[in-house]
Amino acid sequence: MVTSAPLVPVAEFERQTGWELKPEGACRGSLCIPLPAPAGDQVDLRSVAGKLGMPLLHDAEAGLWAMGPAPGPVLEGAVAPDFTLPDWRGGDFRLASLRGRKVLILAWAPW
Amino acid sequence: MWRELRDELKDRGFEVVTVALETRGWKEARRWIDAAQPEHPSLLDATHLLGELYGIVNVPTGVWIDEQGLLVRPPEPAFPGRPAFLDQPLPDTVNPRLRGVLTEARKLNMEGDRYAAALRDWVAQGADSPYALGPEEVARRLGERSPEACRAAAHFELAQNLEGEAAVVHFKEAHRLQPRNWAYKRQAWSLVDRTQAPNAIYPTGWLEEVRALGAEFYYPPLEFEPEQR
Repeated sequence: MVTSAPLVPVAEFERQTGWELKPEGACRGSLCIPLPAPAGDQVDLRSVAGKLGMPLLHDAEAGLWAMGPAPGPVLEGAVAPDFTLPDWRGGDFRLASLRGRKVLILAWAPW
Repeated sequence: MWRELRDELKDRGFEVVTVALETRGWKEARRWIDAAQPEHPSLLDATHLLGELYGIVNVPTGVWIDEQGLLVRPPEPAFPGRPAFLDQPLPDTVNPRLRGVLTEARKLNMEGDRYAAALRDWVAQGADSPYALGPEEVARRLGERSPEACRAAAHFELAQNLEGEAAVVHFKEAHRLQPRNWAYKRQAWSLVDRTQAPNAIYPTGWLEEVRALGAEFYYPPLEFEPEQR
């Protein structure tokens, strides 16, 4: 995730990282990593990124922060991550809408 | 290119979703899509989200998902056949760089006919197809993100939010940290020069790097030994 400040809303952090912030720490499934309680409804990336093993970059000139994923398995389990992206005919398309059919996702690029 | 295969299989509980990984957005992707007029969902991924979610590092890459939403083949090179233009003789007027690119492209692992045959088999047989992998094998093939790849992802995302020299610094760092991520390289190169030739910003381009690597290593060979789940 990229932000202009190291303090980000908890909801935004949860949506972008998949971690849920609970009183006992950052949780994903049955795994919880203890963290200092967030100050209000914001979380400070500087204090949580390292504890979650996620790299945090700061480009002072650009005024941006970027937090990468944590090292480890690309996916936990075989469930295909869902996503919603814009379709060329207009509107958004959600992968999960094809549940019940076999799907080939074909990533391509103009480059 | 996928139209024929999709038309053949679409009434058997199968769908294709094409996703364009392109930082520049519709204005680049659109030309190709307008020409193809696809009937399947044709999506734009302007932030390389699929790279992040699925570990996709080059294109074209295919991923198979079954009726329950489970991955049964993780990312791998996906061609519906061998592109016909590759084997056409080149006219003498072709410039040396394009000639070089096509010469290397002919050596790439594509195996489109095998891929299409495997896809047909899976659509016909479902979980009984030897090409549909079980969860342990899917996890093994997906592998792990290294600490370097995680840092590279952060640099690449940052770069996509910047322009000019400010972006280049982070693109280059992503390339250094994860040199086999061709999506990071080709995207960044193409932002400077569509032909991905060497220039003052990037001293090597696609042709130079593929020659250095050996074209046969650019796309990994398909792992198609029949395996039962």
